[in-house]
Amino acid sequence: MSVSRISALGAIALSGALALSACASENTGATPGAGSTAAGSTAAGSTAAGDCFSGDLKAEGSSAQKNAIDEAIKAYQTACADANIDYQPTGSGAGIKQFIAKQVDFAGSDSALKTEPKDGKIEADDAKAACGTEAWNLPMVTGPIAIAYNVKGVDKLVLNAEVAAKIFDGKITTWNDPAIAALNKGVTLPATPIKVFFRSDESGTTENFTKYLKAAAPDAWSYETGKKWTGKGEGKEKSAGVATATKGQDGGITYVELSYAQQNQLPMAQIDTGSGPVELTAESAGKTIATAKQTGMGNNLALKIDYATKEAGAYPIVLVTYEIVCSKYADAETGKKVKSFLKTFASDEVQKGLEAKGYAPLPTEVATKVQAAVDAIS
Amino acid sequence: MSTVTGVSAADQTPGPDGRRPLQADTASTGRMGDRLFGGAATVSGVLVIVLVTLIAIFLIVQAVPALMDNSANFFTSRVWAPGGEQPAFGILEFLWTTVTASTIAMVLSVPVGVAVALFLTQYAPSWMRRPAAGLVDLLAAVPSIVYGLWGLIAFAPVFKPVQSFIQDKLGWFPLFAPTGISGGTICFIGVVLAIMVLPIVTALSREVFDQTPTAHKEGALALGATQWEMIRTAVLPFGRPGVISASMLALGRALGETIAVTFLVSALADGNPWSWSLFNGGETFASKIANNASEFSNPNKTGAYIAAGLVLFVLTFVVNSIARVVIERRKAFTE
Repeated sequence: MSVSRISALGAIALSGALALSACASENTGATPGAGSTAAGSTAAGSTAAGDCFSGDLKAEGSSAQKNAIDEAIKAYQTACADANIDYQPTGSGAGIKQFIAKQVDFAGSDSALKTEPKDGKIEADDAKAACGTEAWNLPMVTGPIAIAYNVKGVDKLVLNAEVAAKIFDGKITTWNDPAIAALNKGVTLPATPIKVFFRSDESGTTENFTKYLKAAAPDAWSYETGKKWTGKGEGKEKSAGVATATKGQDGGITYVELSYAQQNQLPMAQIDTGSGPVELTAESAGKTIATAKQTGMGNNLALKIDYATKEAGAYPIVLVTYEIVCSKYADAETGKKVKSFLKTFASDEVQKGLEAKGYAPLPTEVATKVQAAVDAIS
Repeated sequence: MSTVTGVSAADQTPGPDGRRPLQADTASTGRMGDRLFGGAATVSGVLVIVLVTLIAIFLIVQAVPALMDNSANFFTSRVWAPGGEQPAFGILEFLWTTVTASTIAMVLSVPVGVAVALFLTQYAPSWMRRPAAGLVDLLAAVPSIVYGLWGLIAFAPVFKPVQSFIQDKLGWFPLFAPTGISGGTICFIGVVLAIMVLPIVTALSREVFDQTPTAHKEGALALGATQWEMIRTAVLPFGRPGVISASMLALGRALGETIAVTFLVSALADGNPWSWSLFNGGETFASKIANNASEFSNPNKTGAYIAAGLVLFVLTFVVNSIARVVIERRKAFTE
């Protein structure tokens, strides 16, 4: 009897200790470089990635690039089995915060580090202070944002920025509105009321979508742009939430990353930028990225996308996610790891493979620059 | 199997010299086991108090700086724009959604839960009681994410026509006024929460009803009471404190439920006109915090959310205190 009691107590104590030690090991792992083995690049050999590392690499940030980075990690680990790369999709803000706090080796973000003060802080300067050297924004993944809809009997829909802005602002309330009909000659539009779904969490997708509306239809979209939705409609949690809600509601419309629209088999609107309707494809999204202006200096490749582009065949609503890295890591070993992994990520094979996951590969012009910048990391 | 809410005869009978019964001289023999156990129990008790106090202090310390900078009224504003140069945030909308959804959940789950418990203890054939009780307990162990998924995929399409029907027929009444929200209304959240907390109410009430002294029940029946009269005069009064405890536990869960609500709820866009309708959307404290946790980019913004969390903490505390008071007063009237 007493034996079983003691063993029960022991079990409790043991499980407590295990839980505590689990916390502890997580903490040490979070410090850059600390959890890595000293073995370093002894395993370097003739692999696809060139130089493998063994040990841990930690990154955190944008959930929009989660599927893309998972592909890259898979590709990297096929070549380098000893590498352990962990990406936590906690959101861009959290990723940058952790990067500045030196908890992760690099961050994924939907927007480049801000150079103007926001909430009394300048992200770019904070990152620079954390690195000791300049921090670079490397565009790595292009995520086209689809305007997905669900209207019975309508498989093809053309919108332009102004009409889209009015729909998402609650000014156009039924699908057979003359403004929509004017863009869709020959399509029978029902009188179904329009139900707009927006992201109730703060999100880079919202930020980029509102930036597009503001840039391409400044008269129709009078709100501020930002991560928080400012238009009308009904809020749902994250990309999966808006996609599911639209799927389940006749007359629903939302803005969502391409992959979610594809997975939910939602039809996507074509955008008329002024030079004819453009369907959302990897190629048409890439075209917009290729026309983007670089705002950073040298290897800092922060891009300014021209959402109001009128280039023929360019789909204007795109989101570029960046990897935010130090140009020179205090710990050379960490620098090597980041460089080695990002080299794989920026490689043509991996970028091509992203298409199947609902992303668009970087256009050649940009990819070349990114590859050069990755080579310069130390 | 014994719940603390039952009142035993020994508790009531005063001991000699006015001492409380069954206490003797605090009954320690000073032996090793006695001291060890007593010590361990004391430490655990103190630990809980310290924990709650620390959580309260943490919430207050984090919330106060943000509240000082707040340019809107924290309790009456409907704006939620924390962080930035001019932070402005108020909790009115969350408070309304949280309290309303939880109230709907309680109104639906407590009567049904008590009825299920009465059925299991008083009406059900004896071969059925154990397995049925087991099933109810099983329901209580289903993780809330499962309720969320089930609500979203299976229950929402079924509930939608019900919702539209009520809005069509009773829309003239402010509480049922039609709104543009399609799925995740306060009412829908309340119903899912009700299903979620039902097993808690049932499981605890069943335990208490089971403890009703057979003498009471047989006494009532011997005096000519019908089954229902016996339940009303013997079982229900005996179990009342337990039912209240169970309801409070359930209410606590409903108030704080996060994942399922975050999954289901439809948030409102900024500047949406105020509506008393139960068919409006809205976010609860917990869902708002959970949904935005990844974007806590600066202490001031975090502080605003923590301030909202503090309100939830205080709300739960107040509700529990009221329950304690009610139970204490009831105790005096039983037997």
